[in-house]
Parts: sequence; structure tokens; C-alpha cells
Amino acid sequence: MKKTTVYELRTLYRDNMRVTGMEFGSGEKSAVIVGGIRGNEVQQVFTCAMLVKKLKELEADGRINAGKSILVVPVINSYSMNIEKRFWSTDNTDINRMFPGYDKGETTQRIAAGVFNAVTGYKYGVHFASNYIPGRFVPHIRIMKTGWEDAETAKDFGLPYVVMRDPRPYDTTTLHYNWQIWETKAYSLFTNQTESIDPDGADEAVKAVLNFLNARGIIRFDNHRGYISSFIEEKDMVSVKSNTAGIFRCFSDTLKTVKRGQALAEILDPLDGSVKAEVKSPVDGTVFFTQEKSFAHANAVLFKIIPSL
Amino acid sequence: MVETVASVELPINEKLEIRKQRIVPVSPLNGSEKRISVVTGTHGDELEGQYVCYELARRINENIGDLKGIVDIYPALNPLGIDSITRGIPGFDLDMNRIFPGSNDGSMAEYTAAKIVGDLKGSAACIDIHASNIFLTEIPQIRISEETAPTLVPLAKKMNVDFIWVHGAATVLEATLAHSLNSVGTPTLVVEMGVGMRITKAYGDKITDGIFCLMEELGIWDGEVIEPTEPIISSNPDDVSFINAPVSGIFLPDTAHCTMVKKGDKIGRIVDPLHSAVLEEITAPCDGLVFTIREYPVVDEGSLIARILGGVCR
Repeated sequence: MKKTTVYELRTLYRDNMRVTGMEFGSGEKSAVIVGGIRGNEVQQVFTCAMLVKKLKELEADGRINAGKSILVVPVINSYSMNIEKRFWSTDNTDINRMFPGYDKGETTQRIAAGVFNAVTGYKYGVHFASNYIPGRFVPHIRIMKTGWEDAETAKDFGLPYVVMRDPRPYDTTTLHYNWQIWETKAYSLFTNQTESIDPDGADEAVKAVLNFLNARGIIRFDNHRGYISSFIEEKDMVSVKSNTAGIFRCFSDTLKTVKRGQALAEILDPLDGSVKAEVKSPVDGTVFFTQEKSFAHANAVLFKIIPSL
Repeated sequence: MVETVASVELPINEKLEIRKQRIVPVSPLNGSEKRISVVTGTHGDELEGQYVCYELARRINENIGDLKGIVDIYPALNPLGIDSITRGIPGFDLDMNRIFPGSNDGSMAEYTAAKIVGDLKGSAACIDIHASNIFLTEIPQIRISEETAPTLVPLAKKMNVDFIWVHGAATVLEATLAHSLNSVGTPTLVVEMGVGMRITKAYGDKITDGIFCLMEELGIWDGEVIEPTEPIISSNPDDVSFINAPVSGIFLPDTAHCTMVKKGDKIGRIVDPLHSAVLEEITAPCDGLVFTIREYPVVDEGSLIARILGGVCR
């Protein structure tokens, strides 16, 4: 393993911000894996660290295939992570809305440009991503449909689902979208946590990436191949929303099979504890996402259900 | 008359309400009146529009007999943000101006965005007033994307601004309120002026004068108006020079906002107080008007220091 500084920012009073990359193998730029772009992506950093640990073992065993190189960048926004802030420490901009970046632009545009310069040109790119709504997901691969996507290879991760998403305007400045535009096959990997570590979830994500790298001929890794992934369009998922606001008491975890009309949660009156609303599944299906906040706003998306065929 | 545009229940004993003031002529409405809408407060730290909303309504009500159309004033599209000094939507970490046109089936933020667009749609013109953020000061200006310029520049010229900036299209801007409204045929002008978290009364008066000029143009106002300033119109990207901080430090300006500079003139210095050292002298890269200047002293490498509109004679 070779440790390199991918990008460095000098500021007035803080130690320099160094974005560090770990390189394995040599030769063709085969795969790049990126962890925490936002300051709250603790699980994403942890997962990357676990991946680095495993890749070091595989490299020591000679299991990185000849002529293949892998780059892992566990943390981009360490400045915000160190002060427990989600976005950029001064102007609150989101580095994952700045790609491909601009090296003569504003600070986060420069960071994005410096990082993108290092992580572009690879055949495959994996980003351990998080959603803007706090919640638990079924582990899955998400791919944006840009016309350059390669959905079929996403099955090689062996995760239960591959979710296909039609990009919205704000998606066009993400790392994932720009990887695709610059001819890197991109995959966003979601696990079920963001702000705290979940060792089991991280282990599953690490194995998924190793399965993928094995299937793509980049490493040799013997493992149970995981699930036969099901493809689902994001727009086909059924959102279950709250029709009132209050305390959110959830009964249903992700991956649970539910029946139409089954109670998924209750919304309680915060002043007297009475049940203001029962939240029921509108379809038979599998719970894909559950909100994690303890309070529910009216109109909030509380669950996403993958309907049964 | 105050009307509620959107209402969403919050978890504990509170409703999020987006409200507007509707001002109508004294004479009964016949259904053919034009409507102008003035919106602000999408970003909770931008307060320049608060004064404009107040002053516009005050002047109209003082001369209500001159009103020939409908004026809708929306002072707070993001009331939770304004109340908590938060730029985005508190609790969601979302920039409200990246979620339009919203969705009636979406989350709280998307639902309110859809209600706002639905209410504004059909206005003869909409004025979306922004301040700069807390980092920069801007002269009063209107920003227009190039595909809407043929429709919007004639309206913008009535607005009494110093500068109309016609910029290239960017996909990410398709999620703004202005883009959403312009896409459905409601001409929407984006005003930028002043600085975040403050009110610059002189700028507010200038824009209020401009709104009356536009109302007169649209047949909504019959009273006295000023002759609007002839704006500089820039549609060539090369007209505007950006000065970004080459190093991190404390920026000390040596030039005032809205002044003419010559190439090589001092704009300011970036200093290091710990070592009492000048890290970088910032000079003008071209002749022109300093229409944006850094307000917040702490800069990181890349922070915007100033924007200069080149080749301007005044």
C-alpha cells in the first residue's frame, strides 16, 4: 500500500487539510473507492477504513491481480468531520454538489477539482454515499441513469437491490454523476447508517466491494457471492407519508415484508401521548427505507416500500 | 389582506405557514387586473428584501387610489430559516432554492415549494429578491439566464438597478424558483443586492422605486414614478473578472464597494495576524467597476474577494 496526499489545503490557523489516498497494486487504473465527502458520514469513513485494512491483507497475500491498481480515499471533508459539521466549515457548501470542480473557483470547487483530478480516469468508481433524509436503508447500490450507466455490473456487489435513479438537476454536480460523464462506471453504495458506526453494515459493504472487485478481475477474493440483486426503479417505490405531525413510534425495520394495511408506525401527540395517526402500508411489499428521526413532520416520508410483484 | 399559501403541521404545537399580503385596488375587481408578485426570504440569512416588502406595501397603501392591479407580497418563503438565522431549511440542511418546482406528494419542503409555485403562477411578473450571503456585498443587480433574456431584459430595465447580468445556463439552476416560474410562463426577475444578515436601506429604496416603475409599465400603478437608472447590461462572460483568494488569511480591503478601478490598483491585502505578515497583495486584473466585494474578513484559498465588471465608463 502506498499512502499519497491527493489534495492539500492550507488555512490560516488550522493544520492543513490533507485528503489522503491509499493505493494498492500497480498498472491500469482499475477501481477507486471514496468514503466520507460530508462531515457527518462516519459510517462511510469507517467502512472505507475497514476496506483498506482488508485490501492490505489481500495485497500481502498477493491477491491484487497484476497490472491492476486500486485507490481508496476514505475521507475528503476531514475539516468538517473534526468539528462535527455536515458541510464545509466556513461557507456551509456541500463538496458533493461541486463536482467536477473548478481549480480557479471557490474553496469547495477547488477541493472538488483537486479530488476529482485524483479519482478520475479509473474504470470503476464506488462512493459510500448518504441520503439527505436521516434514516435506515436496505443496503443497496444506486445508479444514476445518465446514458453512460452500466447497471448490469452492479449485480456483482451481491447486495439485495440495485436502484436506478433518474437524475434531477441537483444531481448533476455530484461525484457519481460526473464520474459517469467522464467515463468511469459509477456506483453509490448505501448502508443503513450514517452518523454512527455499524460494524455489521460496514462488513457487508466491504464484502460487497471485494465481491465486485473479484468479479471484475481486479483482485482474487473467495467469499459467498451474496444476493442475486433485484433491480428497481426509484420512482416505482411507494412512499408512505405522515398525514400529521408528532412523535414517531416505528414498528417496522428495513427488509421486513409487510402486507397492505399493516401498521408500520404510530404518530403520537407529544403533549398527551394519544395516537394521532396509525401509519399503514398501502401495498404488500418490502420495507426499503425507514425515517430515523424521533419527530415526524406532516408530509414527511416515513417509509419507502418496494411493492411485491 | 393576509392569506395563507401553504400550511404544514410541525411536531409540537406549531404550524409552518407561508403567508402573503394581497393588496387590491379600491374599486371592485373586474377579473382582468394584472398581478405582480414580490417574494423574498428563500434563504433565511438574506434580509434585504424584508425592507422592500414593508416599504412597497407602505407606499401603495398611502396612495391606494393609484393601484390598478393586484400586488402580492410574500416576505418569508422560508420562515423557519429567517427565525433561526439559518440559510437553508432548518432540520433538513436543504437549500430551498434547489427544490423547485417541488411536489404536492413530496416532503414538507417540496410540498411547500409546490404550493408557492402554484400560487405565484400566472403573475404578470414576479420579483424574487435575494441579498448576497454574509461573505459578500453586491450592488443592486438583476441576474438573468441567457435563454430568458429576450423576455426578461425589457422588464429588468424598468427595475432601477445598476447592472443586469445575463449569464449562461447551468443545469443545477433548473431547481430554482425563478427557473421554475419562467418555465411555466411567469416572467421572474432575480434581484441580488447588499449583504447577508443586514438591511441596506438605500438599496431597498432603489429597488422599491424600480418595482413601482415596473408596475407602471404593466398597468398596475397609475401614480408617480421615477425615471429608472439606465443599467449596464452584460451578457459576455469575459466582461466579468473574478478575484479569488490565492491564499488563506484575513482580507483587508483597500478599495470601496462600487468604485471604478484601473488595472493594477490595490483591491486589498490578505494578512496573517499571527506573524504580522502580508501574505498577498490583491490588485485589479482589469479596469472596471467593483460590483462585488468581500465583506467577511476570513478567507480560505479560493474564497471570492471581488468581481469587477470590465470596460465600464460612468
